[in-house]
Amino acid sequence: MNSSKVLEVILAISAKIDEEKQFLTQLDNVIGDGDHGINMARGFKAFETKIPAVEGKDIGTILKTVGMTLVSTVGGSAGPLYGTAFMKAGMANAGKEEIDLAGFVETLGVAIEGVKMRGKATKGEKTMLDAMIPAYDAMKAAVESGMDAKTTLDIGVGAALEGVEYTKTIIATKGRASYVGERSIGHQDPGATSFTNMLEVIAASV
Amino acid sequence: MVGIVIVSHSEKLAEGVVDVTKIMADGCPIAAAGGLEPGVYGTSFEKIMEAVESVHGEDGTLILMDMGSAVMTTEMVLEMLCYDDVKMVDCPIVEGAIAATIAAVGGADLDACYEAAVSAKDMNKL
Ligand SMILES: Nc1ncnc2c1ncn2[C@@H]1O[C@H](COP(=O)(O)OP(=O)(O)OP(=O)(O)O)[C@@H](O)[C@H]1O
Ligand SMILES: [Mg+2]
Repeated sequence: MNSSKVLEVILAISAKIDEEKQFLTQLDNVIGDGDHGINMARGFKAFETKIPAVEGKDIGTILKTVGMTLVSTVGGSAGPLYGTAFMKAGMANAGKEEIDLAGFVETLGVAIEGVKMRGKATKGEKTMLDAMIPAYDAMKAAVESGMDAKTTLDIGVGAALEGVEYTKTIIATKGRASYVGERSIGHQDPGATSFTNMLEVIAASV
Repeated sequence: MVGIVIVSHSEKLAEGVVDVTKIMADGCPIAAAGGLEPGVYGTSFEKIMEAVESVHGEDGTLILMDMGSAVMTTEMVLEMLCYDDVKMVDCPIVEGAIAATIAAVGGADLDACYEAAVSAKDMNKL
């Protein structure tokens, strides 16, 4: 995938997030403060205004710009978390004009490390990591066994969706939802859901 | 004098905390970074950055935050600014602000203001 295709995919993610805005916000209403969809949509809309500045630039610059835009416009935890993820992803692709499947999976690994560091969180705390980590693990195994991009990404989406389901079964111990305690059981995590939305768009693009 | 910044999801809360510090420590350079935009709860990278710049002097700056993104966004501002004399402190935001500003106007350095804010954690109300 070249850099103009990466930009195209990010715009498709922006459109998807806008579509899912209501639903994500509804999820966040139950265990948080009801702004996740609005936050994410505001962040990606803000990135759209920066397209002229990044068109024709390398993948690293594009991803870093997405990250910086999310940090400065989202306003909730998803801002610094996804912001750090995209910024780290950008650093891992600095100067690159192409990204292949193995590079994408590796980049996701770097992004996950960023989220863990920023959120001081790990697997099983009912956060976006509960979709990100299983998706990464499944795709890494798929790449290693020589599967093609389409199959690998579909496997990743499947694992992320399972991760979202898993978040329904656990108590939140990070973020706003941790204040809700036991009552967070039965409800899926908004951040895990928005990550899955993004991965679905990426899978549909290959 | 050490500068103080109050970061909150609410513009009113951040400004309110600044207000209550004036009672005993008028004269401390203190700035509020509250809310995302008018009427919208959240934390603003830009507001935090501006607030730090507005109070930061040669004695450094101490930042008090409420929770979640207020903490994480402040961290990112500090990574961007690269000052070695700006510190975040984990403490109750009202009591910590009162303690830190009183220390600051009393001439305490950054570390002492930090300690004053942290000690607000252990003050019993009942
Ligand atoms: N410490 C954390 N580590 C990892 N993910 C987190 C953490 N805190 C929150 N999240 C993720 O962020 C999502 C919430 O995003 P949202 O933009 O709604 O932030 P918020 O909680 O409203 O922000 P704020 O901290 O400003 O209150 C959660 O569903 C969860 O997936
Ligand atoms: Mg929220």
